Amino acid sequence: MDSNLRREIIVDNYQNPTNKKTIDDKEFITASTISDSCIDNITLFVKFKDNVIEDIYFDGEACAITTSATSIMIKKLIGKTIDEAEELMNNYYNMIDEKEYSEEELGELNAYNEIYKQPNRKKCAIFPFETLKKAIEKYKMHN
Amino acid sequence: MNREDFPMLKNDLIYFDNGATTLKPQCVINEITNYYENYSANAHRGDYDISRKVDELYEKTRDDVKEFINANKREEIIFTKGTTESMNMIIFGFMKNYLQKDDEVLITKTEHASNVLPWYTLEKEIGIKVKFIPLEDYEVTIDNVKKSINNKTKVISLAWVTNTIGDLRPIKEITKVAHDNNILMVVDGAQSVPHFKTDVLDTDIDFLAFSAHKMLGPTGVGVLYGKKDYLEQMLPLNYGGGMNSFFESDKSLEYKPLPYRLEAGTMNISGILGFRKALSYLNKIGMDKITNYEHELKDYLVKRLREIDNIEVYNENTKSGIVLFNIKNIFSEDTSQFLNHYHVCVRAGNHCAKMVKDELIIKNTCRISLYFYNTKEEIDKFINIMKGNKDIFKVII
Repeated sequence: MDSNLRREIIVDNYQNPTNKKTIDDKEFITASTISDSCIDNITLFVKFKDNVIEDIYFDGEACAITTSATSIMIKKLIGKTIDEAEELMNNYYNMIDEKEYSEEELGELNAYNEIYKQPNRKKCAIFPFETLKKAIEKYKMHN
Repeated sequence: MNREDFPMLKNDLIYFDNGATTLKPQCVINEITNYYENYSANAHRGDYDISRKVDELYEKTRDDVKEFINANKREEIIFTKGTTESMNMIIFGFMKNYLQKDDEVLITKTEHASNVLPWYTLEKEIGIKVKFIPLEDYEVTIDNVKKSINNKTKVISLAWVTNTIGDLRPIKEITKVAHDNNILMVVDGAQSVPHFKTDVLDTDIDFLAFSAHKMLGPTGVGVLYGKKDYLEQMLPLNYGGGMNSFFESDKSLEYKPLPYRLEAGTMNISGILGFRKALSYLNKIGMDKITNYEHELKDYLVKRLREIDNIEVYNENTKSGIVLFNIKNIFSEDTSQFLNHYHVCVRAGNHCAKMVKDELIIKNTCRISLYFYNTKEEIDKFINIMKGNKDIFKVII
């Protein structure tokens, strides 16, 4: 990906993130992650119905990479089934870990395809996905 | 000053994270190597020359620490792994037996985790109450200390200088108030002992904890100071070699006297011997000179930061080498990554004092913590980099 386009995607999603607000609604499952380095801190609010992710919101304080990745993840995953979401996540993790992956499926998430060059930021790029995994686990436990 | 003595400074690096750990002068590094190359034996064991030499140097370090903080007796100096271990020994080795259910301990919301979590744990274990002295403009005032005390208050436990705001507490005056009310005074000296002259006799504090690695010494070495009467009552957290006089199969035993009773197992000998060199190095420069120079550097840094429109500084007036700042609307970790690109080391986050957010409103900040080897030239370079912060996303993404 061209570096200007990459920057544009990340900065745009950082400065105007998708669905950034706290949701106080019992239909939403909440999951939080606080980073080991005690900085980033986000909470996801996820609404599932019949194994489909119907809606996601998030709130918290985090760096440009974490915030933008959360925003893009939300756009990508609303309306997907849990199976589809997990497949996309695997694909994304493969990209982050420099394994084989399908570029086509990831869309804007390709903006993080060179994050391996900054090893201390890898954790930021997977932060929202680690949090979503917790929400999915909670949903599966109760259904 | 003295930059030529620090091998790390030969790298292309501006090191502004001295609150986390300091760089080491060549003499400290040499002493550690010297121990491993020339007299690598255990302490307090030896019937041979090199072991005796280790004993001598080990105990000489204890004497030097005693002098450095102006303690009364050498038995009052216990070597530990660091401030955290010293605090845990004070709280679980002494306070756990000294305090009773419903007794109150006063701390603040700007303390480091090591002066919070052991107290929280003790609260759960024996039912003491941990309470917070209200802060005014982030600082502890004598008035608020007095207002927080009641007849249940038994301990006040404070950092001398906080690692977040960098505020200097009036420890001598607080100790006087504490003692007038039969309250013990515990002091976390991790951010103070490296930066100004410490006098435990003059201030009359009861316990002090600090780390060698924040004052040019090696990692894994710390000091616990306690008044002898209290250390006599302190139970060891570790039992084993080096701390007993004898033990028999009928379970009879005797522990060694202070300070050895509280130093079980083989200590970090190379580190402790290296620490001795760090102390003599600091003494040679002079602690007052270090303090004055750091204040001058901080004033200069704050003045120059004001030149940049979109920088917020949160603790302009605190008396230490610590400066907290953010670029407006930029997350602190992004700023630290931006600076890292230019080989400037600063800390981002809440600096292990997670309750600070209750006091400071801003949760996350960048922290510069200065030491005497930092220079105005480094600050100038840093300011020039910060003036280019409009391009932050071009640099970090």
